[in-house]
Amino acid sequence: MRGCCRPRNTRDNTALLIRLAEMKPTVSVGYREGNGNDPGAGMLDNEEFLFEGHPRELTQNPLQKIWMPHKNGHIAHRRVCMTNCPTLIVTVGLPARGKTYISKKLTRYLNWIGVATKEFNVGDYRRECLKIYKSFEFFRPDNEEGLKIRRHCATSALNDVCQYLSVEGGHVAVFDATNTTRERRNTIINFAEQNGFKVFFVESVCEDPDVIAENIVQVKLGNPDYKNCNPEEALEDFMKRIKCYESSYQPLDEDLDRNVSYIKIIDVGRQYLVNRVADHIQSRIVYYLMNIHITPRSIYLCRHGESDLNIKGRIGGDSGLSPRGKDFAKRLRNFIDEQKIKDLKVWTSQMKRTIQTAECLGVPYEQWKALNEIDAGVCEEMMYEEIQEHYPQEFAMRDQDKYRYRYPKGESYEDLVQRLEPVIMELERQENVLVICHQAVMRCLLAYFLDKTADELPYLKCPLHTVLKLTPIAYGCQVESMYLGVESVNTHRERPQNVTTQRSTEDALQTVPAHL
Amino acid sequence: MALTLNTASEQNNLTQTPLLKIWVPWMGFNLNRRRGSSVPQFCNSPTVIVMVGLPARGKTYISKKLTRYLNWIGVPTKVFNVGQYRREAVKTYKNFEFFKPDNEEAMRIRKACASAALKDVAVYFSKENGQVAVFDATNTTRERRAVINSFAKERGYKVFFVESICDDPEIIAENIRQVKFGSPDYIDRDEDEAMEDFIKRIDCYKTSYLPIDDEKDRYLCSLRTIMMHSMILCISKFSLLFLLVSRNLSYIKIFDVGSRYLVNRVRDHIQSRIVYYLMNIHVTPRSIYLSRHGESELNLLGRIGGDSSLSPRGQKFASSLASFIRGQRIKDLKVWTSHMKRTIQTAEALGVQYEQWKALNEIDAGVCEELTYEEIQENFMEEFALRDQDKYRYRYPKGESYEDLVHRLEPVIMELERQENVLVICHQAVMRCLLAYFLDKPADELPYLRCPLHTVLKLTPVAYGCKVESFYLNIEAVNTHRERPKVSLLQFTCRMMHFHQGTTSLVLVQS
Repeated sequence: MRGCCRPRNTRDNTALLIRLAEMKPTVSVGYREGNGNDPGAGMLDNEEFLFEGHPRELTQNPLQKIWMPHKNGHIAHRRVCMTNCPTLIVTVGLPARGKTYISKKLTRYLNWIGVATKEFNVGDYRRECLKIYKSFEFFRPDNEEGLKIRRHCATSALNDVCQYLSVEGGHVAVFDATNTTRERRNTIINFAEQNGFKVFFVESVCEDPDVIAENIVQVKLGNPDYKNCNPEEALEDFMKRIKCYESSYQPLDEDLDRNVSYIKIIDVGRQYLVNRVADHIQSRIVYYLMNIHITPRSIYLCRHGESDLNIKGRIGGDSGLSPRGKDFAKRLRNFIDEQKIKDLKVWTSQMKRTIQTAECLGVPYEQWKALNEIDAGVCEEMMYEEIQEHYPQEFAMRDQDKYRYRYPKGESYEDLVQRLEPVIMELERQENVLVICHQAVMRCLLAYFLDKTADELPYLKCPLHTVLKLTPIAYGCQVESMYLGVESVNTHRERPQNVTTQRSTEDALQTVPAHL
Repeated sequence: MALTLNTASEQNNLTQTPLLKIWVPWMGFNLNRRRGSSVPQFCNSPTVIVMVGLPARGKTYISKKLTRYLNWIGVPTKVFNVGQYRREAVKTYKNFEFFKPDNEEAMRIRKACASAALKDVAVYFSKENGQVAVFDATNTTRERRAVINSFAKERGYKVFFVESICDDPEIIAENIRQVKFGSPDYIDRDEDEAMEDFIKRIDCYKTSYLPIDDEKDRYLCSLRTIMMHSMILCISKFSLLFLLVSRNLSYIKIFDVGSRYLVNRVRDHIQSRIVYYLMNIHVTPRSIYLSRHGESELNLLGRIGGDSSLSPRGQKFASSLASFIRGQRIKDLKVWTSHMKRTIQTAEALGVQYEQWKALNEIDAGVCEELTYEEIQENFMEEFALRDQDKYRYRYPKGESYEDLVHRLEPVIMELERQENVLVICHQAVMRCLLAYFLDKPADELPYLRCPLHTVLKLTPVAYGCKVESFYLNIEAVNTHRERPKVSLLQFTCRMMHFHQGTTSLVLVQS
């Protein structure tokens, strides 16, 4: 759960906290076995954990190449252990202060770094409960019926939070609602205490009318509440809705809330007040929230031009561009010129093919080792046919779980995500950036921006000679794909139907793209 | 900032630099610019970090610690402690009277010291390739902060304030005991006397102390005072006017040793990193234990890297380590290992829970993995020589450098700062990097730090530094430490020439 380089991810069982000591029952809440295909994993087998006075045998797990203790021919149970209890993140703030934006973005980030996170938007519960929204009157503090419904929605959202964190193995729940009164927040704190969750509040305070109006136009007018309204009417109603909360709003207070963990974001990131950061995940959340911004910009992702090894159908290596790859690099220059991008930064990996591509642009660029292609270890520079020939088991395992599979002496996609976390953090800080990278790297970056799951990630289509332009809009990201018209080989290998280790060579090579 | 290309026709002719294994354009390149850094350029303009706060609020502690961190991650940083300048100027300290606001003579000296320190900051940036200067003084008045601000503005430096605010008398007294009694000012005093004097010294500042306030700090300090300072520091009046319409200040306020932080206008990558670091450090007493795995099969064979098991002596060490750790009776000890078999086998013997970090894996020696030094010499003679020339920055073909390792270990250091008692079971190169962070060793010493097998280092933070205790657990092991060979200049040149024939002239620029 601790994220980058830390072995605490939730969607894997890389996170090895091997427990020989007895586990406290409260801690075992929220544990889950990473790959989920071991039905006995949920149960504690204390005998497995007893220390027997001499070192246990180690066996390397074939998928992730992790050394694990071994006893009587069985692999001792390894489990993702949260030494920290699950965390409930609670947004605080008037409507149109970007709470949902922050919730969604944070959820996306945490899931990407491997912390199972889900957001619970109380507004969605209300819309579910009350199919038709009439007007702001619903939110008036003296609307008893309205209050009852809203309280009911908050309660059912909290029940779902409990289900998610205690039963479904979630690690972080984002409770997205206004939570503007201390009374409501205390209810949540009590709820969390009873269930053994930590609470972290994220308050967004903003008084700039322009920012608020912009936010309403950006996200609220598209909201189901105002589907059939004209924009002026909707804006007016929404402003009244905000008014309904203003009288009872009690911001988090330096003194009264001094024992509560929170971050207060003032004027969309001009200032932050951070109180009692309690653990690693809260510290990561604070760092992330302090690095994101909402200045409009675009991120351009592309791979290097076609390389000599691409043509031969060989993976990895550090070869130069093919003639067509060089053509692409020139087209890329024209394309970037045409886009007339303000203060564009260009990043490459430290591999020859991305640097050659960037050299053609005639602009400054920076090399990141973290952007290097996935390390295929012993399979570097091999064709898929050769991998199948020399390492058929490895090849099959990779097809079984491509995200977690680690090449012998190499990396997995999961490793890559951890390696790319600082890149994502810096991309969040920057404005217009062109990232010239590699297939696996681009898939990881794209998965972050498009909120793709670990299963989908390794199969995202990132063809050569194609630039993806990502522009943040409302809660998501608009993608434009631009093929620059220079032919290249296809390097995308689909998941074959047969992924068993006993499969035939033909089955294994069924989806290998054509090459020389 | 990095590079601009002259003509498009030269493109695609890339050469790999032998030492760093970085691809660079072939023609006429000045490699002094580190464009191949594995992180983006940290800051385009130098940054002055200005401490703010009453005496005994941990300013010097933060300054030193932050400087150590920044240097370790590769950002050249230096502390400028105005107190040090004052002690230079006034050799003997009598008592708090020196700091009284109405002591004009002393005021003059103190101002001169601040100015001298600022001038040295400018020299550090312009002549010594410094990137960050930490200006460690009380800086409790708006006037003083305005002077620093305009000084920086005039020269194009960015300013980031770090203010430490604490009103807990116990914490302050503890701080005085910890660091002030050892200060040269109180070298021959008895403790009660020193405590009393220091508390009076703090009172001298209290009347004029104005915490940072975004609005007020920005707009004012009396113009007259600034003018006066401007003559001393040669700041143009024009820049002072500029100050009046300047942007918001960037700062972090740390309340009560980290229970609360206020962060205002973080402007760039380095400021963001600094804030993250300051938010993760703590002052709770604890110890960090560093150890390598037990002796491995490949250690015995003199082969580097690989993923072998423990030798019989290595297993013995693991058992000894278990009794040693039990003997230490450490509260809530966390144990971390790498993903490599030899560290995990060592941890298994402890019989406690542990966590595996991929980031703690040994340096990747690339094509040299599992070779003996003799074999490396035989097969990769040039590589071997290059490594001896600059062991910190040298990257193995298809592998890593110590510099790469430091970047990989940064999250480990950040988490070590957050944690309390931790035992890290790691590897030679990894342990050197971690140790260099705690002991503030420069890049050229780092790869030669002694981290023998079967020896546990216990690091305990004290005052501004770290106490090291070394425990040899009395199980013999092979020596894996290879000193830098003393190559005569002549041999060195011959090696280089040989090297040049085979490759490229870029080496010269690099070395």
